[in-house]
Amino acid sequence: MGLTSTSHGPIQVITVHSDRIDAAMAIQFKEDMRAETENGADRVVLNLSGVEFIDSSGLGAIVASMKQLGKDRRLDLAGPQPVVQKVFRLTRMDTVFRLFETLDDALSDPDA
Amino acid sequence: MKPICNETCLELSFPATDAEASAGIARLSSGLANHGLPPDKSDDVKIALAEAINNVVEHAYKGIAPAKVQVTCRLDRNRLDILISDTGHPLPGLQMPDGTPAPLGKTTQDLPEGGFGWFLIHQLTSDIQYERRDGCNRLSLRFNFDKNA
Repeated sequence: MGLTSTSHGPIQVITVHSDRIDAAMAIQFKEDMRAETENGADRVVLNLSGVEFIDSSGLGAIVASMKQLGKDRRLDLAGPQPVVQKVFRLTRMDTVFRLFETLDDALSDPDA
Repeated sequence: MKPICNETCLELSFPATDAEASAGIARLSSGLANHGLPPDKSDDVKIALAEAINNVVEHAYKGIAPAKVQVTCRLDRNRLDILISDTGHPLPGLQMPDGTPAPLGKTTQDLPEGGFGWFLIHQLTSDIQYERRDGCNRLSLRFNFDKNA
């Protein structure tokens, strides 16, 4: 699947290196996210800028990744392309996650 | 708008596995784009097509050896028709789910991790038909193009 993780002060940024998060990789994605966030920061930003397509299985895997963090930690999303934004909007998951247009926006968010 | 020849047909058939479906959906999406699918429709088509094919992989062939998914696309000036057929289990009650989305629940832990597939298909298509014929499931998705878009 391919995730890389970097630290930006207190924030952990996980970047997805796959152009799709779909049914074929949803389980792997969820497992990789668990491994990456096991001992991580309270705030995790998932950088989706390279993701050109997501389906409802991929969406479910991102939801599962947020649940894995538990209630004191948070998963925010950065850089979603229009098709990814559309899936979040139609399913109303855009009301659950905070979506930032760019990674810079996510990192400079004053409410973080 | 780029001229579209009278009607374009695209056909693809692949084994109903996650990996083959993923590659097949990507090929169909780029094929349709190359054949003149209006760019403002391409995301809707990609999403609905993926959900419909994923349903076949996950449900139609559940518990049995996955056979093939056959996808036929007919693209013309005003609309796109996609027929997806498979030889798996029929839809329960021979009916399409009505596409009510899973409720988001009250807390993060309540959030649904699935149950959005049919909802998305209903939202993104202009018309859907399902029939069971000769041991095959035949799901037709229609996308009308808004000329004013």
